[in-house]
Amino acid sequence: MASFPAILRSEWTKIRSVRSTIWTLALTFVVTVGLGALLSLLTNNNFTEFRRNVQTPFDATSTAFAGIRLGELAIIVFGVLAIGNEYSSGLIRVTLAAVPQRGTLLTGKAVVLGALALVVSVVTAFITFFTGQALLGSHSTTLGEPHVLRAVFGAALYLTMLCLFSAGVTAMLRNQTLALGVLVPFFFLLSPILSVVPKVKTLAHYFPDYAGSRMLLVFEEQGQPYGPWAGFAICLAWTLAALVGGALVLKSRDA
Amino acid sequence: MIELHDLTKRHGRTLAVDRLSFRVPQGVVTGFLGPNGAGKSTTMRMILDLDRPTGGRVTIDGRRYGQLSEPLKYIGALLEAKAVHPGRTARDHLLWLAQSNRIPERRVDEALALVGLTPVARKRARGFSLGMGQRLGIASALLGDPEIVMFDEPVNGLDPEGILWIRNLMKRLAAEGRTVFVSSHLMSEMAVTADHLVVIGRGRLLADLPMPEFIKRNSRSAVRMRTPQPERLLDVLAVAGLRHEPGPDGSYEVVGGDLAALGDLAAAHGVVLHELSPQQASLEEAFMQMTADSVEYHAGDGPGRDAAGAPGTWAAGRQQHSNAQPAAAARQEEN
Ligand SMILES: Nc1ncnc2c1ncn2[C@@H]1O[C@H](COP(=O)(O)OP(=O)(O)OP(=O)(O)O)[C@@H](O)[C@H]1O
Ligand SMILES: [Mg+2]
Repeated sequence: MASFPAILRSEWTKIRSVRSTIWTLALTFVVTVGLGALLSLLTNNNFTEFRRNVQTPFDATSTAFAGIRLGELAIIVFGVLAIGNEYSSGLIRVTLAAVPQRGTLLTGKAVVLGALALVVSVVTAFITFFTGQALLGSHSTTLGEPHVLRAVFGAALYLTMLCLFSAGVTAMLRNQTLALGVLVPFFFLLSPILSVVPKVKTLAHYFPDYAGSRMLLVFEEQGQPYGPWAGFAICLAWTLAALVGGALVLKSRDA
Repeated sequence: MIELHDLTKRHGRTLAVDRLSFRVPQGVVTGFLGPNGAGKSTTMRMILDLDRPTGGRVTIDGRRYGQLSEPLKYIGALLEAKAVHPGRTARDHLLWLAQSNRIPERRVDEALALVGLTPVARKRARGFSLGMGQRLGIASALLGDPEIVMFDEPVNGLDPEGILWIRNLMKRLAAEGRTVFVSSHLMSEMAVTADHLVVIGRGRLLADLPMPEFIKRNSRSAVRMRTPQPERLLDVLAVAGLRHEPGPDGSYEVVGGDLAALGDLAAAHGVVLHELSPQQASLEEAFMQMTADSVEYHAGDGPGRDAAGAPGTWAAGRQQHSNAQPAAAARQEEN
């Protein structure tokens, strides 16, 4: 059987040797940190105005992570490109001829992709947090406050899982344009809209992004369906399901 | 050695490959010939376990492709040109391939040098011409120094220099003792490279024999004679006991006849000749005859009508891309 470390090395070379995939990762960082910093600065400068008539406690962590919805889009694109470019160029046949053990191959891809996404996400999450807090001045919080550290790690896990979820969906669809056409509107439009529509939102609260984003909350929200760790479990279940689905499709279909 | 046993592939209602059984002999170039849609690419994809057979099996050295660990060290394949990420450099493309099969990195540079791509090793594949893409594909196939190489229509779209290069490469690989399995839809191309021939049509095996044998069986030589005195000529031929066939434009063709002897014969009997010329039926024609019933699309005439006489698009159309045997094409038009 093919050697697993060899597959990891080879997949790592694949990822790092294409600029477009690296750029989407850089974009994840820039967008998440940048938008968070901007909103933290604005909030600090207009604090009393922004907080007028607001009863809930001020969440300095989520203010810093204001850019994550756009940042997640970039890492979703990264997940799609990393798998999808095999299909757009006919490369998948070269890959499978080199590594015919398809399940092992996809596992190797997911490990490399997941590890890289995790590293970038952790760095992004902490820099986003510290930048945001620095700009929030007297309204800032620290990692020592209850649940804050969990929320920052939660943000990193959230980005990583959405990336792997998108990779799994792309492996199922076997087409990067189609995968982008399905995932981007879903995460950017459908899920946020449905999660506030009465009745429908009960369903939308079990979508991977809503569930995963529960990990970012420091304070309990009124009427929240479940806690942060249940959210993590639901998001993880989606991610594993997408990857298993991708592996089943890869194993069963002609390349 | 590649062995196929009753290999079958069905796509919905089309049988792409139909109970195909043959062996690819070791250490020689085997031409895998068939008109468009015959099932050559499908067969090759099944050999690599990319497409799953509907029935039958195919083994490499007795094992299924999926059971080979580090398969690039056994068999290297070029399936389609430019199966590379456009944004990756030639060297990086070969590097990840090498790493996946634990092939030493120095082989990457050797393979690049072998196909003449060293100067563009660090250029992204986006800007590569068809010929360069083809060379990169061949470098990937040779990367693991495999015993068996398999090329799917490697000369398609190449210029004469590229065609010659691939032809010589295949001969050299076979001379080194490697097994070369190469598909084509051009008999003329195979005639100059292949030692063995496997012909398929509509997914079915039509022939599996050594090249010299195919040539012996299928090349027909004749002498064409044209005369303003046909009756006298026919009498002379009849007396001499020579078999003849009607040729084009009222000429006659003496199958297996000797040019000088026929000229002498005509002179001895005072028959005026306007033409006395040797005729060699091309292998291309023999191949077309063999696959005539299995050609999917015919040019012009409706399907099935005197298929042998109506040139299929695949042969007549592509002939001009080949620098070999231009006479065959010319003769095709006459018939
Ligand atoms: N994925 C597919 N789905 C449906 N039909 C297919 C598929 N792949 C191949 N076929 C059909 O199978 C037959 C064999 O195709 P294949 O590509 O193997 O032929 P080929 O000999 O390589 O032809 P060419 O000389 O044009 O490359 C054709 O009729 C083709 O239409
Ligand atoms: Mg083909």
